[in-house]
Amino acid sequence: MKFGVVIFPGSNCDHDCYYAIHSVVGRPVEFIWHQETSVKGFDAIVLPGGFAYGDYLRTGALAKFSPVMQAVKSFADKGGLVIGICNGFQILTESGLLPGALMRNSNMKYICKFLEIRTAATDTPFTNSLSEGQVLNIPIGHGEGNYFADVDTLKELEDNRQVAFRYVENPNGSVHDIAGIVNKGRNVLGMMPHPDRSSEKLLGSTDGKLIFESMVQALAGRAR
Amino acid sequence: MKATIIVTLKPTVLDPQGITIQRCVQSMGLPEVTDIRQGKYFDVQLADNTPPERRKELIQRLAKDVLTNPVIEEFRIDWDQKS
Repeated sequence: MKFGVVIFPGSNCDHDCYYAIHSVVGRPVEFIWHQETSVKGFDAIVLPGGFAYGDYLRTGALAKFSPVMQAVKSFADKGGLVIGICNGFQILTESGLLPGALMRNSNMKYICKFLEIRTAATDTPFTNSLSEGQVLNIPIGHGEGNYFADVDTLKELEDNRQVAFRYVENPNGSVHDIAGIVNKGRNVLGMMPHPDRSSEKLLGSTDGKLIFESMVQALAGRAR
Repeated sequence: MKATIIVTLKPTVLDPQGITIQRCVQSMGLPEVTDIRQGKYFDVQLADNTPPERRKELIQRLAKDVLTNPVIEEFRIDWDQKS
């Protein structure tokens, strides 16, 4: 079981993700430079937070043209696990791997703080260790986390139970208090809060670790 | 040959930046300004020998696939008549 953390020019949570998976969760992990054209040999891909391509044009918009994203797309199409955290979530929506878009926070401020999110779906490879309604203490750090989707898309998300997490108190104006969603196939998760910054007691919370552990459990189940 | 692509948020999408600018303008003493919507534009230069039908297709594709996010934005194209 091997995790891969993609590094785009401007990623800045790549080492946090690597550390959480390697040293806290204790699983093999390697970095993947964005110019790579293959993700062969990896069982799960992490798109970390940061400011890929300096957030130029739109957050996440230019990262979708990095060669590695073609490989990540085919990987996801075949059911591979992909988690996008913060800027990674923005890249997933821009790449079309997840529906909707992330807009400027409604209060126009960059918000960096711990808050609470509620687990809305447990039947995903990212939330199988959580219980329905379980509240996680987890930090956000973003200026553009205001999730938006049109009415039809929102209905589809709700009907298919694709909302994985909702904010207990909405910090950024996201529709339906959405903090994280999965795709229809439930193998791609995008979330604005940072499990990578909340996997160790020293950092103030270990709740984020449950998300990585869910992925490990899901992958172990597949291998059997 | 030059084309300008103007990208704006869809009318149905909230524009917090536009709202903030409009509010600030109010405090400047310009109450007549009732709404501001923010957008961006791109000047695109094409090689002189680009055939006319190719120009149109190329600029459309660039605007649609790269410069706008169709979930929240729309675009219009102004062709530079001089060139």
